[in-house]
Amino acid sequence: MQFSENWLRQFVNPSLDAQALSHALTMAGLEVEDLQAAGAVFDRVVIGEIVEANKHPDADRLQVCKVNVGKAILQIVCGASNARVGLKAPCALVGAALPGIEIKQAKVRGVESFGMMCSAKELGLAAEATGLLELPLDAPAGQDIREFLSLNDNLLTLKLTPNRADCLSILGIARDVAAITGAPLNSTAVPSVNIGSLASVLVNVHTPEACPAYFGRVIEGVNAKAQTPAWMLRNLERSGTRSISAIVDISNYVLLELGQPMHAFDLNKINGGMQVRFAQANEKIKLLNDTEVQLANDDLVIADNSGAIALAGVMGGEPTSVTDATTSIFLESAFFTPAAIAGKARRLGLSTDSSYRFERGVDFGNTKNALERATALILDICGGQAGEMTEVVGQLPVRPTVNLRYARLLSVLGIEIPQNTVGVLLKQLGFEFTEIAAGFAVKAPTYRFDIACEEDLIEEIARLHGYDKIPAIKLIANLSILDAPESAWNQACMADVLKNSGYQEVVTYSFVDESWERDLMGNAHPIKLKNPIASNLSVMRGGLWGGLLDALTYNLNRKQERAMLFEIGASYFADKNNYKEGFYNEQAQVAGLCYGDFQPEQWGEKVRDVDFYDVKATVDVLTKNQAEYRQESHPALHPGQSARVYLQDKPIGWLGKLHPKWQQQYSLPKNAVLFELQVASLLQTKVTKYQEVSKFLPVRRDIAIVVDVDLPVQAIVNAVNSAKIPLLKQIQLFDIYQGKGIADNKKSLAFLVLMQDTHKSMLDIEAETAMVELLKLLEKKFGAALRS
Amino acid sequence: MANLEYLISQSQNDFNVCADMPALENAKAKYLGKTSVLTEALKGLGKLSNEERPAAGAAINVVKQAVEAALNARREAILNAAQAAQLAQESIDVSLPARAQAQGGLHPVTLTLQRIEQLFHSIGFDVATGPEIETDFYNFTALNIPDNHPARAMHDTFYVDERHVLRTHTSPVQIHYMENKQPPLKIIAPGRVYRVDSDATHSPMFHQVEGLWVDEHISFANLKGVVQDFLQKFFERDDLTVRFRPSFFPFTEPSAEMDMSWNGGWLEIGGCGMVHPEVFKHVNIDSEKYRGFAFGLGVERLAMLRYGVNDLRHFFNNDLRFLQQFNK
Repeated sequence: MQFSENWLRQFVNPSLDAQALSHALTMAGLEVEDLQAAGAVFDRVVIGEIVEANKHPDADRLQVCKVNVGKAILQIVCGASNARVGLKAPCALVGAALPGIEIKQAKVRGVESFGMMCSAKELGLAAEATGLLELPLDAPAGQDIREFLSLNDNLLTLKLTPNRADCLSILGIARDVAAITGAPLNSTAVPSVNIGSLASVLVNVHTPEACPAYFGRVIEGVNAKAQTPAWMLRNLERSGTRSISAIVDISNYVLLELGQPMHAFDLNKINGGMQVRFAQANEKIKLLNDTEVQLANDDLVIADNSGAIALAGVMGGEPTSVTDATTSIFLESAFFTPAAIAGKARRLGLSTDSSYRFERGVDFGNTKNALERATALILDICGGQAGEMTEVVGQLPVRPTVNLRYARLLSVLGIEIPQNTVGVLLKQLGFEFTEIAAGFAVKAPTYRFDIACEEDLIEEIARLHGYDKIPAIKLIANLSILDAPESAWNQACMADVLKNSGYQEVVTYSFVDESWERDLMGNAHPIKLKNPIASNLSVMRGGLWGGLLDALTYNLNRKQERAMLFEIGASYFADKNNYKEGFYNEQAQVAGLCYGDFQPEQWGEKVRDVDFYDVKATVDVLTKNQAEYRQESHPALHPGQSARVYLQDKPIGWLGKLHPKWQQQYSLPKNAVLFELQVASLLQTKVTKYQEVSKFLPVRRDIAIVVDVDLPVQAIVNAVNSAKIPLLKQIQLFDIYQGKGIADNKKSLAFLVLMQDTHKSMLDIEAETAMVELLKLLEKKFGAALRS
Repeated sequence: MANLEYLISQSQNDFNVCADMPALENAKAKYLGKTSVLTEALKGLGKLSNEERPAAGAAINVVKQAVEAALNARREAILNAAQAAQLAQESIDVSLPARAQAQGGLHPVTLTLQRIEQLFHSIGFDVATGPEIETDFYNFTALNIPDNHPARAMHDTFYVDERHVLRTHTSPVQIHYMENKQPPLKIIAPGRVYRVDSDATHSPMFHQVEGLWVDEHISFANLKGVVQDFLQKFFERDDLTVRFRPSFFPFTEPSAEMDMSWNGGWLEIGGCGMVHPEVFKHVNIDSEKYRGFAFGLGVERLAMLRYGVNDLRHFFNNDLRFLQQFNK
């Protein structure tokens, strides 16, 4: 909320300058977001009256004027076309500093000039001007123009929290300033107007729970075309409110001044009596903003015999709105409960000053007063005769009595404050209270909608006492050592492994382009956002590869040639078997991407592209060499270089080369190899259980066999491991050969075989027996032949 | 018996011209081999009388030892020279760069999170996590932000459907945690959060750390104490102080914005407050017996201040030239 400092000071005038006042407000919870001068910065400009104007002897367009500036008559040369005898306009005296110029005594075409007559533009009050700023004829010559135009003012902008609806008005802010500073609040009592009309409108409130108080009155014979007075325009403008017409301006003025939204209907357009009710089925209303909206049955409306004529507390209807032709009005000041208004404007895509206030809470103790205030202003500005008030008052909200226990106040805040000081602060806040044994029984005033429990009062006391007086005290606590399971890896360990393997961590958005999900993940049903920030960030990612490829592309466009990237973060998916709203899952994933040279280009190493097996090493480390790789296909991956990763027969992720078609689509000159694994599957490790180290030396034998070219080596290793050949401890591939001497559909595999007896030295014959058994197994299971 | 003394200097001369071991072995045969003068002389000793033999034998041995000594000296010299040559040949430029995989590194947000976790862990805070696609109950209602509450408008929320949102803060983790545990509780909840906001100073996705301490005698002053302690340790500045400003969060009361003293001014660093009794009610914790404080810190904000990063967008562009600066 933005407002004029001077307007506030009419209500409360603490001896603090604007800066200090802003600080005090901020530290009391009414954050001043912005403080700036209301008008342009200049000085030594007074009201001047041109008492004589003669043509300049040497210049056609200039006049030599005699200007009365109160204490003296000055000779001033002026070029403005509207300079004429009798005109009152701002006059900058010698020594005045205007925006961009300093006024000096000067000769203008040979004639002495002792100042300058000014336009609004020259004073920085307007962007454009066509001549001198014409002031009212009764403006007192010699008065400082800043004073006359009330330019010595500041604009304060409050960033109010939703609980402080009571400060959405000058009066409300003034009340809090009075409470904070102790400065007295000027009386805001409004005398009742004289009744000059017999006209009235019958009001029937069908929904007293939503509208506990409704006041209205007719004002006949108003001049809707009356000019809004300058002082009101100034205050409206300084609150960021545009002038529309006198009657609308007045209702806006009262809204800003007292926080009470009002509405004026054109009396002659109202058809019969008024009703306050919920909208009927299929009821529509054409609003002031020229849109027609369909009402819901919990929308509160003001209706006449023809139907809804205003959306209560939100916006009036267009057909009954006040126009220049209006001669009589019905002026409404009502209290609609927050529950009745909350969410209504938003549902219709509206937010009005009125709905904003009603949904947060409007002072129901001031409804009638506001109507009197607005009436008085209308009679004053637009003329007319006011009718008697129509009053429909039901059960107004009852403020609960809230107990504030002194001991609890101190212990929650951790401060020392005398009990009687607490009483003084409550009084400053305008709270009614009685002292009880434990402390205070407190009732909040009608304008506070945020006092329902003891903590609300504790906060109020803390706020007035001063948050900056709360000490910083370290806590003494009973400590116990936290659990630290050794069998659990965590994401930090995983990140360290990757970092030490040369990967750079990235953080990419959780929402991605829908096409990535479709193309890379084969996910036809990604979780969609209702209101994405951009169309290419519209679905939740089902995997991390899209983000990694995006990060890669970003860096390739910046002349990077290789990259090893990883990310640890959630992926999100809807329940595939039961796709409907609300069935969402998410799980942490770790994913990596390697692109370009296997290692950075360096001396003494042959440059080569990173390949499947380089990245497999990373997956092996992450899975602690427990993973099994099965050739399966994935939409993102090259079908011949793609493996599903299994741990204990459970699929936990993928490893493979990016499919050439996506490589082309992403314009990647080289291959990318990717992996992605479920984090949860990788976290469980085992606490080491020591096994006896054999005193006896292992025996190594090598064996080379010829098998079908497409036989996976893993199958051989698995078969050997599960055959449990006596004394055979480990079999490990050390060479693969294809080419001369081996048939085209075959390959030669060379394994080293380690054998060990834990109890005695192995005999050669035992080793030979094991090798024979191994060969037999390979022959039988895989049709292997010993390579000759 | 002939005088064999001449053999000493002669062998020495012959050995010294040998350039390598095979040549030396040849020369050795000439002086110490089966047919050498010395061996012949030793064989001839048998022909001498018992009286003559010891003196003659001793004389031959003196010569033989001298020849062997010359041989060994030369052998050592040849080996030393060979080793010296090998060493000279094997010498390298130690200033050449190491051959290695590139240095990897962690994202500054991760570094910051790890640091935050480490500091809070040192006073016994556990790490808790929760889902990022939240129900509006956990994101709002259980945090005392009912339907249509104006505070919902403070959060620019991403909606997945009518009742699901991308969490706008890490505060819902409080609720999940308190639903399952009884006080005393001490957790931090780090993670991604989302707001519909994107410009130079706002990212639609960013990171928060929520802190929660629930126990019997916790005060607002303790909250200030813990946060100040944390910030002093995080920034390694003992002179750093924290200022509270009144604010409003529906799930805490009293609520405060936390400002940190920084270069002579104040910087907003997060929100905090005492856990609201309504929140305790949702998770069946007796708010008469227990009190708690909660705070939320912006991780990117802390990282920016800590590392002097001047633009939030760096954290999500993933430019390697930015990221690799943190690989120290």
